[in-house]
Amino acid sequence: MTCDAPAPAASPAESAWRSHGPGRRSTRALRVRTSAVLVAATVLAVLLVPPLVQLDQQAVDLAAKLEPPSLRHPFGTDDVGRDLLLRCVYGLRVSLLVGVAAAVTATVVGTAVGAAAGALGGWVDRALMRVVDTFSSVPHLLLGIFVVAMFRPGVWPVVISVALTHWLSTARIVRAEVLSLRSRPYIDAAVSGGASRWRVAVRHLLPAVLPQAALAAVLMVPHAMWHESALSFLGLGLPTHTASLGTLIQTARGSLLAGQWWPTLFPGLFLIVPTLAIAGLAGAWRERLHPRHRSELML
Amino acid sequence: MLELRSITAGYTRNAPVVRDVSLTLAPGASVGLLGPSGCGKSTLARVAALLHRPEAGSVLLDGEPVRRWRHSAPRDQRTAFGVVFQQARLSADPRLPLTGLIAEPLRATGRAREIPGRIAELAPAVGLTPDLLTRRPHEVSDGQLQRACLARALVLRPRVLVCDEMTAMLDASTAAALVAAVEDYRAATGAALLAVGHDRTLLRRWCDRTVHWDELT
Repeated sequence: MTCDAPAPAASPAESAWRSHGPGRRSTRALRVRTSAVLVAATVLAVLLVPPLVQLDQQAVDLAAKLEPPSLRHPFGTDDVGRDLLLRCVYGLRVSLLVGVAAAVTATVVGTAVGAAAGALGGWVDRALMRVVDTFSSVPHLLLGIFVVAMFRPGVWPVVISVALTHWLSTARIVRAEVLSLRSRPYIDAAVSGGASRWRVAVRHLLPAVLPQAALAAVLMVPHAMWHESALSFLGLGLPTHTASLGTLIQTARGSLLAGQWWPTLFPGLFLIVPTLAIAGLAGAWRERLHPRHRSELML
Repeated sequence: MLELRSITAGYTRNAPVVRDVSLTLAPGASVGLLGPSGCGKSTLARVAALLHRPEAGSVLLDGEPVRRWRHSAPRDQRTAFGVVFQQARLSADPRLPLTGLIAEPLRATGRAREIPGRIAELAPAVGLTPDLLTRRPHEVSDGQLQRACLARALVLRPRVLVCDEMTAMLDASTAAALVAAVEDYRAATGAALLAVGHDRTLLRRWCDRTVHWDELT
């Protein structure tokens, strides 16, 4: 015997439930796996290609300038005949170094300031938060330009510039976490048990905010890479002979107007794909750390 | 001897929770403080344990006026008090196993060498078995965690115990075990006790004297 009755239509509530169900989970898993593979490929490329491939990324070949992608030059060549694939890998290496170094520096500074403000409270908190407000009131690209303008062009001025303009959000996050933890009875118990301010901060408060700070650092890496590229594109970041994704796009923008698309497309993809992959992984981590945040995002 | 004289305390300016309250706790005495929820008992207990600075009034510990609170208070004054809070879950650092939780005051005061001896004494006294000591707070029940919190409060051998609704969230047998552990400690050391709660029957059986919040104001 067969049953020909049509399946009942899903109610709005069921549809909403299904949108949070297995299909949604598999999409998320695919996104995380793809991001992980791309991040791993990026890290392996920037670590292994320069030492293993004994090619000079600065080698000029004017006879082969602005060649389109081919088997010999998969990404083509630039306006002085340099191999763009090699330049992109070297550029990604510099951009990633700047991004990671700036994110780590910004997170250390932000965590220290936020923890001090939250743990000490009183006038220290008020003074530090006014400093944060003052920095926040200036557009951060403008402040970054001001900082790099004070130094000779190079990697570390860009790192300092990006770090100095990006510690503010971490300081606010860490301060808010510390303020909420400070009023917990286990901190009272530590005070009653003879713990010094320093011990309470190092033993109880900092370990509790570290996952938040680490997440903020990872989320900051792609942002810092884009910031470095913006500064270099404006001619204010790295010197033009240093391959970074920003300098590659900047030097190639003239060829784009002449119809040569490859010198801008490939550095652009090398900027977009790894930063999206890092952001995808960081997003998955945030969803694990804050399940409530995940459900808010799914609504 | 702990004296609280005309204490006024609160959390926002001009809106005190505790107004002009006085209480004396003689050495070795046990006082049960009864009162309805929200009347200010816990705030008074925090002032007594030097965890909350009052807006007005004075606290005298062994005749010496207390001038500083929390971290600023001298360590020997702070550690004269052992405090047990109502919610064990919130009063335990979630990262520390129960051994670490109990030993933390010894580490904080530079007496880490005493840890094995004190743990061996206190764990059976509060009813914690060795397998529980290696677990983290999320791996034990509220009652087991409150036993560890009591052991932590006793580990520095305080002269005054402040139990802020210590048994409020526990079953009768665990509550009885914890009260017995406190009384054993007091019998051995002569420590004073300030027990805060709203269980009139328990406090009357437990303490030498019970006072209702209304009698203090």
